[in-house]
Amino acid sequence: MHRTGELYGQFKTLEQQKESATLGMWIFLITEVMFFGGIMLAYALNRHVYFPAFAAGSNTLSLKLGGFNTVVLLASSFTMAVAVWSSQVGKKTLISIFLLLTITLGFVFFGVKYVEYSQKFHHHLVPGKKFDIFYCVNNPAGCPDVDAPELMEESKLLDEAKAADPDLNAHAQLYYSAYFGMTGLHALHMVIGAGLLFWLLKGSLAGRFTPQWNTPVDLVGLYWHFVDIVWIYLFPLLYLIDRHK
Amino acid sequence: MSTAAAAPVKTMPEHHYLNATYGIRSWLLTVDHKRIALLYLASVTFFFFIGGFFAMMIRLHLLTPSGYLLSADTYNRMFTMHGVAMIFFFLIPSIPAVLGNFLIPLMIGAKDLAFPKINLLSWYVYVVGGAFTLYSMVSGGLDTGWTFYTPLSTVYSNSAVAPAVVGIFITGFSSILTGLNFLVTIHTMRAPGMTWFRLPMFVWAHYATSIVMILGTPVIAITLALAGMERLFGLGFFNPAMGGDPILFQHLFWFYSHPAVYIMILPAMGVISELIPTFARKQLFGYHFVAAASLAIAVIGFLVWTHHMFLTGQSTYAALVFSFLTFLVAIPSAVKTFNWVATLYGGSISFDTPMLYAFGFLGLFLIGGLTGLFLGCLGTDIHIHDTYFVVAHFHYIMVGGAIMGYLGGLHFWWPKMTGRMYPEWLARISALILFVGFNLTFFPQFLLGYLGMPRRYHVYPPEFQVYNVMSTAGASILAIGYLLPMIYLTWAAFCGKVAGDNPWPATGLEWKTQSPPLTENFEVTPVVTWEPYDFHNRPDLGLDAVAANGVVPAHGDD
Ligand code: HEM
Ligand SMILES: [Cu+2]
Repeated sequence: MHRTGELYGQFKTLEQQKESATLGMWIFLITEVMFFGGIMLAYALNRHVYFPAFAAGSNTLSLKLGGFNTVVLLASSFTMAVAVWSSQVGKKTLISIFLLLTITLGFVFFGVKYVEYSQKFHHHLVPGKKFDIFYCVNNPAGCPDVDAPELMEESKLLDEAKAADPDLNAHAQLYYSAYFGMTGLHALHMVIGAGLLFWLLKGSLAGRFTPQWNTPVDLVGLYWHFVDIVWIYLFPLLYLIDRHK
Repeated sequence: MSTAAAAPVKTMPEHHYLNATYGIRSWLLTVDHKRIALLYLASVTFFFFIGGFFAMMIRLHLLTPSGYLLSADTYNRMFTMHGVAMIFFFLIPSIPAVLGNFLIPLMIGAKDLAFPKINLLSWYVYVVGGAFTLYSMVSGGLDTGWTFYTPLSTVYSNSAVAPAVVGIFITGFSSILTGLNFLVTIHTMRAPGMTWFRLPMFVWAHYATSIVMILGTPVIAITLALAGMERLFGLGFFNPAMGGDPILFQHLFWFYSHPAVYIMILPAMGVISELIPTFARKQLFGYHFVAAASLAIAVIGFLVWTHHMFLTGQSTYAALVFSFLTFLVAIPSAVKTFNWVATLYGGSISFDTPMLYAFGFLGLFLIGGLTGLFLGCLGTDIHIHDTYFVVAHFHYIMVGGAIMGYLGGLHFWWPKMTGRMYPEWLARISALILFVGFNLTFFPQFLLGYLGMPRRYHVYPPEFQVYNVMSTAGASILAIGYLLPMIYLTWAAFCGKVAGDNPWPATGLEWKTQSPPLTENFEVTPVVTWEPYDFHNRPDLGLDAVAANGVVPAHGDD
């Protein structure tokens, strides 16, 4: 199909084109909801059946890191929203600035996630043969990043959980399957989002987005918010199980 | 026909989508929905051959009670790979991606789908997924059954499960993209005057199908992703040894795979809804009901999945509810069937090849659907679950229903797609061969199942041999019934008689443009001022009130 300016040949008007693209994005997001829905169901079922193990697993996560990342992502949603707004009112430099900020925040998130994941590897918390939820409690030397009071607390909670569920180690692996499955999929979506943001940045530096035509900014914005919302669910589901103790 | 003497000699149009550009690149990089449809046609036919080969191996093996061709292990691989090729790589894409792709823009008066590049992407995604699956087939095969039940697929199977799972995961996205494209196109690309209730039923059927694709496919994607990660990295959701739950896998699997059976049958119902009015020369009876039935099937179809799991020890109350809902989902199918029959009533029926397929569909779908109710009934299912009765049930619907619809549609729109007619008599004879072969293959399987022959076994007690021999004989006839159309349709695409714009004549917008159409489909965007399937007030097709009395029969090339 031939293209005239920003109008692709299969469409008659720019409005029709924008309506189609927006509807398409929303439908895509529905498929994403179903996609995450499947793994959330697996999570919910196992959390219900093995609650003590899930609570114990949740307590081995770092609330500080997770909380910090939540703030980072919320901030990135804000900067994204400003970028979208700037494109609608035609402030061309602002678009680029806020896209860049969004990307930066995305990378801060990756950095923290990297720290978290590597801790889990060192603490033997990755599902598989070496998995051992008692590793840090039994080998404080292997976990220099966890301080003594924290370890005391953890040891107490783990003993309680062990009393409730003798097969704690196996079932905590299920918790960590959920943790890596869900946060891994989420991170994958962030990576794709970051790629899209770079692509937008290229377009905005070339001055392509105007109040008349800014559909890509709008739609990537939708996607980015969606990925944020997923995290808004993941954070309490994974980090906040039974924290009130 | 006495009018034959006056008929002018038809010629192919000078410019059309097939000769717009040449060369392999012009095909592999095309964004024209019609060319992409042909790419899909070639690739699903390829997988149909592969699946068909495995089917022949199964049927030959079962000629004798002790099985005379394959080892037990190989037999498992044969029926698994048969199911995988046929379901994921042939039936699910067949009508939507070939006929739907080709026809939806034409039927609604658009130049293309809303997202032509995504359309092409969906084909490449399909091809990549297919390549992974083929790799699994040649590097040790697959022996888990097309259902991939865990922990067999995740822990115990020694076959190449991982590449197949990856392949099906990837292919799922091609169906998601197709569904997304159709939904948006139907919403935003309709020509002036093409209101929702003037849409051809084929489009309604694809609308409903797309909803199922959109909501169901992501779930099978995540399910297979989890199963794949379990096999590769030791995640534990479905592994009882780690406290995981294999039944959870079955729930997730059937949450997609029951609706997926509607991805296969709804488009075929759409085709039948086009064929019957055209060859009965009568408005479709109860248009609104047929459209609503499609949507009802799409919705209720999501609420019946555990009828595949009645014997897993689920709660009796859950089973009762799901059994009830299973009965409920049969109602919209029955509504459609009654409406088709009512359309025939008092019509001026002609027996052209597409119509023969439509008749075949009616009878076979009826049997398939009714036996579904036997299976959905909690008591009887205990007796016939996992027997050949189930195998016969779903083949009556998927082969007798969906493939009949697909072939009927291919014949009906072949003149539009290629500009040329197929040989009518040969086509009628092959339709008959197909019908006979089909029933001979699968009817005995109902009896076998009822008598207690389990499915997926490579041996059986000697008293079952006679039915198995019948079934294998039928399968050989069936194979001829498939090969003939493949051969003569290919021949007709190049050497058939020139068809003209509207050989039947039929009333859809797609028949208002030339055959084969231009790349842009229509020279000017059409404006729709008529009601669907109106054979009486369409002077533009030579069908007006007067002509309707001396009805112009639809005929092929005779
Ligand atoms: C009229 C509506 C239908 C009803 C009530 C129905 C009911 C059932 C039930 C209860 C089963 C499970 C039997 C068992 O395993 O014990 C079943 C299996 C099956 N049905 Fe249907 N069905 C219907 C329509 C369809 C359609 C339209 C298709 C395909 C296009 C289809 C394809 C299948 C397949 C593939 C299986 C077997 C899956 C397997 O275990 O490998 N059914 N059906
Ligand atoms: Cu089902």
